Formats: sequence, C-alpha cells, structure tokens
Amino acid sequence: MEYVIEMLNIRKEFPGIVANDNITVQLKKGEIHALLGENGAGKSTLMNVLFGLYQPEAGEIRVKGEKVNITNPNIANDLGIGMVHQHFMLVEPFTVTQNIILGSEPKGAFGSINIKKAEKEIQEISDRYGLKVDPTAKISEISVGMQQRVEILKTLYRGAEVLIFDEPTAVLTPQEIHELMDIMRSLVREGKSIILITHKLKEIMEVCDRCTVIRKGQGIGTVEVKDSNPDELASLMVGREVNFKTEKKPANPKEVVLHIENLFVQDARKVDLVKGLNLDVRAGEIVGIAGVDGNGQSELIEAITGLTKSRSGKITLKEKNITNMSPRNVTKSGLGHIPQDRHKYGLVLDYPIGANMVLQTYYQKPYSKVSVLNYKEIYDKAKELIKEYDVRTPSEFTPARALSGGNQQKAIIGREIDRSPELLIAAQPTRGLDVGAIEFIHSKLIEERDKGRAVLLVSFELDEIMNVSDRIAVMFDGKIVANVKPEETNEQELGLLMAGSTINEAGDSSDVK
Amino acid sequence: MRQVIQVTSNNRLFGILVPIISVLLGLIVGAIIMVISGHNPIEGYIALWNGAFYDAFTIGETIRRITPLILTGLAIAFAFRTGLFNIGAEGQVIVGWLAAVWIGLVVDAPMIIHLPLAVLAGALAGGLWGFIPGLLKAKLGVHEVIVTIMMNYIAMFVSNEIVRSVLTDHNTSTEKIAATASLGSEWLQALTFYSRLHYGILIALFAAVVMWFIIDRTTVGYELKAVGFNRHASKYAGMNVSKNIILSMVISGAFAGLAGVMEGLGTYGNVSVISGFTNLGFDGIAVALLGANNPLGVILAAILFGVLKEGAGEMPSAGVPTELVDIIIAIIIFFVASSYIIRWALTRFKKEGK
Repeated sequence: MEYVIEMLNIRKEFPGIVANDNITVQLKKGEIHALLGENGAGKSTLMNVLFGLYQPEAGEIRVKGEKVNITNPNIANDLGIGMVHQHFMLVEPFTVTQNIILGSEPKGAFGSINIKKAEKEIQEISDRYGLKVDPTAKISEISVGMQQRVEILKTLYRGAEVLIFDEPTAVLTPQEIHELMDIMRSLVREGKSIILITHKLKEIMEVCDRCTVIRKGQGIGTVEVKDSNPDELASLMVGREVNFKTEKKPANPKEVVLHIENLFVQDARKVDLVKGLNLDVRAGEIVGIAGVDGNGQSELIEAITGLTKSRSGKITLKEKNITNMSPRNVTKSGLGHIPQDRHKYGLVLDYPIGANMVLQTYYQKPYSKVSVLNYKEIYDKAKELIKEYDVRTPSEFTPARALSGGNQQKAIIGREIDRSPELLIAAQPTRGLDVGAIEFIHSKLIEERDKGRAVLLVSFELDEIMNVSDRIAVMFDGKIVANVKPEETNEQELGLLMAGSTINEAGDSSDVK
Repeated sequence: MRQVIQVTSNNRLFGILVPIISVLLGLIVGAIIMVISGHNPIEGYIALWNGAFYDAFTIGETIRRITPLILTGLAIAFAFRTGLFNIGAEGQVIVGWLAAVWIGLVVDAPMIIHLPLAVLAGALAGGLWGFIPGLLKAKLGVHEVIVTIMMNYIAMFVSNEIVRSVLTDHNTSTEKIAATASLGSEWLQALTFYSRLHYGILIALFAAVVMWFIIDRTTVGYELKAVGFNRHASKYAGMNVSKNIILSMVISGAFAGLAGVMEGLGTYGNVSVISGFTNLGFDGIAVALLGANNPLGVILAAILFGVLKEGAGEMPSAGVPTELVDIIIAIIIFFVASSYIIRWALTRFKKEGK
C-alpha cells in the first residue's frame, strides 16, 4: 500500500521539553486518519512540523514515498498539504472569494484581479464536494460552520490533496458537526486524504478509518478504528481506564433556589431571544439545559448573572429578587458562574493565575484591608485552590495565559465553587477539554449537588447533558419546551425536542425507531 | 512547564536589557552622525556632559528639567498600565499650569494653605482634562486617542485666551505668582548658584511612589489593570468598567496636571501665551516607553532625557548642533519601540553561545 504522507520517527524539542518523541504517522490515500491525544499531548506540534512551521530534530517526512524537507508552509502548500486551522484565518469584511484567493489572486489584464473567474472556480469546487458555500457572501455575515467550509475551500482551491483538520468540531453545533462529517466523507470519496486532529472519540468512531494515538509526546501506536472501541481508544490516549458513565447517586431535590418567571431578554440588536421563559432549579439537583446554540441560552445566563438586563420577567435566588441586579450583587447573593467563554469572561489572562483566584473577592477581607491588597493572603488562597483542584501550573505567579485550557477551567471551577454559592451555573464547562479533565469537572459538579447546592448546566453536548443532569430542560426558541428525565429519554427524542417538536411528536417518532 | 518559567525570567531580563541597549545604540548612532557631519563625537559628548553636570548651577537646571518629565512620564505610564493611551498629557500640562498660576495670582492666603491649594488646583485641572475623554470613551466608546489629541488644542487656545483676556489686559504673560504659592526655594537656589531648581522634584518623586502604590498595592489598581486587560472578565467579576476607565484617565490627567504645576509654581512662576506645545506631554510618552511603564523606570528615563535635553544646550560650543540630541532621543525611542529586533538579536546570541 502506498502512503501519501509518512512522518517517520519524528522528534521535536523545545527548550526543556520534548514535544514529540519518536512519533510515526502514515497516511494512506483516501483515508480519514485520526490523530488522537489529550490537550498538550503534542498533536498540534506534530502537524506544525508537517506544515513546515517547525523543523524536527530527528526523523523524516516522505510525500508519496519521496523524502522531502518542508522548511516553510509554502513548500507544504506546493506538496499539496492544506491545513484547516481551529481558529479561522479569515478577513471578516472580505467576501468568501476574496478570502480564498488572498495571496494567489488570478491576474487579469494590467494586473487587475479576475474576480469573476475565481468566483466561478470556487462555485465549482463548492458544488463538487457539497460545501454549499456562496462565493459572494461576506465572511462577517456567514455562520461559524460556513466560515469553516471557506477554510476547507481555501485549501482545495490551492490544490490540496491532503487536508489537516485541527479540532474542527470544537466550534460547531451538533448539526454542523454532522454536515462536516458528510463533507469529509465526500472529500475522501473524491480521492483526498484527511488527517483529523481530535480528542473526541465519538467523531473518530463515526468517520475515521485508522487512528494514531499520541500520549505525552510519545507515539503510542496506530489502530484500525473498526477493530477498536471508544473504551480502548480512551485508555490508549489517557494511559489508564476511563470511566465514561459518570457515577452518581439519585438526586434528592429540596427547596427551589432559582426561580425564573416569564423572562424576556433581548440581544444587542434589540431582538427578543428569551421569550417568556419559566424555570425552577432546586437545591440538590442538576438541571441540564439542552438546546441548539442560539436558542437564547447565552442570553438566559447573562440575564441571571446580571451581565445583561432583562426586558421583563422575574428572577429570584433563594427568594431574593435578583432581576436586573449588578453582577457584583448577584454574586454576593450566592451565585457561582462558570462562564461559557473562559478567555473572554472567566479569566484576566495577563494576570497571574493566583490573582485570578480572587477575581470577585479581592475587595473583601482578608484579601484586602482599606483598599490595600494583601498579596500573602491572596496567593495562599491561590496555592490552596491550585492544590485542591489539581491545577497544573509552574507556580501561582504564572500568567493565566500560559496554562492549558483544562487547567484554566479547573482554576475557574475552583474559584467559583470555593465561594460556596447557593446556585452554580456551568455553561459549557467542558468545551474543548480532554477526557481526564471532563471526568474531573463532572465529578465536581455532582459533588456540589450532593452538598445541597443547585446546579444549572448548559451544554450543547448531549452526552454531557444526559450523563450529568438529574433533570433536562429543553430550550427552543427562547422557551423551555419540555422537562424530561435523562433515564426516560434518549438522544433521538432530545434531538427532536431541540428542533422544536412537541413532546408527543418526539415520543411517537422515537417509538417507531 | 520549565519552558514557561524560563520564558518569564527571560522576559524580566529582556525588560531591563532592551532600554539599556537602546540607549547605547542611540549614543553610538549619534557619534556616527557626528563623525559623518564632520564633528568630533568625543568633544560633542563632553560638551553634552558639561552642559548637564558642569557645576552646581547646571546640575540644578538639569534636575529642574527632569522634574516635569517624571510627572508626564508617570501620567502616560499610568494610563498605559490600565490599557489606555493618553496622548492628552500635553493639554493636561497646560491646564494644570494655568490653574495653578491662577490660584497663585488671585488667592490671598498663608503659604500652608495657598501652596497646597494651588498644587491641588493644577492636579484637578489636569484630572478634569482627562475626565472628559475618559467619559466619552466609557459611555460612547469614542477612542481616547482622538479625543485627547483634540483636547490638547482646546487646552492651548483656551489657556492663551484666558491669559490674554482674563488674567491680564491683553498682555502675553501674567504677573509672577504670590510668594506664598511658589515652589521656589532660596535654600536650593543658593546651593545651586541661583538655578531655577525648586521643591517640585520632591512632589515628582512622591508621585512615583503614589503611582506604584495605587497600581501594585491597592484594590483600585487591581480593578484598573483588570479592566485594561479584559473588560468582559472585569464586568463578569462585578467591577464597574465605565467608572474604572474614567478614573484611570482622571488619575493620569492629574499626574500630567502636576507637571504643569511644576512649571507654573516652580520654574517660571507665571503663565504665558504659547504659540506651540510645551512638548512636556509628548516627551512623557517617550519617557514612559523607555521606562517600561514602571514608576522607577520612568524616573530613570526622565533623568536620561532631562540630562540629554539640558546638556544639548552646551553642544554648540563643540560645534555640534543641538538638534543632534533630538536625533539621539529619536533613535533611542526607535530601538525601544522596535525592541523586537533587540530581543531577536539577544536570542540569537544566546542560542549561538550554547
């Protein structure tokens, strides 16, 4: 069997750290090959070596059997290797076509750009692979999923034969993930080969042919996906047995902690996104909000936490009216909030991780007295939380920016839980994290529940909702449209409810299946 | 993990090395220019040195020149540390100068009241001149750079008009302020052969301590920096983002206003119609940049710039035009601003040294 790309015994060192140690990946023509590993295992480093951004210390790269020396990304491009980055590299005010031809514009007479010709070509490629991209649309006006397809188109337009996808599903909704999988299948059908960087086992099981596992910079091996199963892949990746089914005792719900009545919230464009929502969360239970992104979940959380004003309705926390209170007063009333976007809201990335541990409490004793900070108390507290929540950081003085996503998230969770809030809101708490961190975070949420706290979980991952929640509230079009128990439902029914079917319709069709 | 530690300690080292190397490069390039234009660089630099340190008088004048530079440097650095770019220090200097002299002229009170009142008036005027762009930024999202640049012109022309029409009867300079509002010190003047050295240097040094304390030690500084780094996280944490933006501009403006006080109550003792900017505010940007926005760094950078500017006056005695010092300063700023080049070179050397 001929391989299109071979990376043999690659070793890449950084000062004081070996990022890749003796890793071998061989990509067959027409296959989807997964590169599986935890965050920080060295997947991205390896792909950057292939893409010419890093030079390996040892090992060789072969393209179609020939040894090559890729010293910069242009060479990688010429060899037909294209990368779809996790963070899109697109110029927002430009159109799809303008973005795709950027850097290799087709020249017309007198050096003008022949945009019509490019548009036609792009339309053709888009049709061939079923991408459904409009070449004349502006980037700022299309969805995230569509932007990703523009990135795919960009590599295809430049003649890529091998496409590298760097954690492509991290930013997508479940539907978009589904469509992406279809696109990947049609790409390989047309003779392209794909490397998929991921730590999501489900995706690997669904689309990949083979899977190479990397753990702590070491190549663990390559397995045929059809002969393997998620449990085996997970233990290969983590290096120990992984518990997928979260262990928990039945919930013991008590008094209502969060009560929301007929809530309306507008977004920045003054459009109602939460439309008369009612919800109760009780002490000692985890309520999971299931829903497709964009059905008002973010606005709901912002209204509860005080980040946005609600238009009308009432929110009470432990019978205290917190409607339209300032974030500080909501926090003081007993709210812990693990925000959806940890970089934007959860942390001041340029502050030391220790200083981030008192982000809401810095003005209180013992962290400060008459406005003068007491650094010893602050960093003692930070050290305690870092230890308790297993935040891996060189020290409490390290900038939060330097920590990995999982460790940043553990720090936020430690900070929020440590205040012993009556209500803990966890918005997408495991987004982009690996199996080990997910396990840890789920167990912490359940621990809080068992302490008698109310937990509101918002997630776009159905697995997470099904696993962790005691009760599922399905959100659609700004309202809670159904309340179901996880043990009495299934993903299919939930999926239909999330798409706006009523509980009867959803129940019927899932019975048929 | 070890990598992370290494990077942070490297950063601190770079932070100190970059300004020092920039200064040396500036002096070397200055020497080269002198050679090319047919002057003797050694004589030129000796003249520069003498211009700043020849005797007690020149030393006194050098310190006098350093004083307002420390304060405008602190003003810019303070805003910078909280994520704002205060180009308006120039205008804040002018209104601070005007307000302090105004109080010095019209109020009749014993020194213990009159002097602090005049100093405070200058700081408040500068603070007010910072408040307006701060308010516009916080409430309407207008970029502070644009507004502060405009505010500089408003300050200059308003000040000129007040000097002409309110404080005097169509004269170009006011009377000297009352002795009870003066920062001047007979003792310091006697010590320095009657230079214009005044007590203001103590205010400037104290202001540096104040900046360090606010920024590094207080909850106010914690909030100001957090808002500068990440507004969303600050809002999430319950801080009042608008209040902090405005407060930062007010404190920054107050520092710059104090620089004007130094000139009004110390060096000149009056205020005059000006046809162009004092440049104290703009030099403050360079001082803050070279001082890495750190209070101690600002003092050191202000000393360097003060020495260069004062010493420049003596360079024509060696046949070198004073403008050469401006070239040297510009080159120093160029290298600090493009510190990336120096960092790159240092990393290269280190790698090869291994």
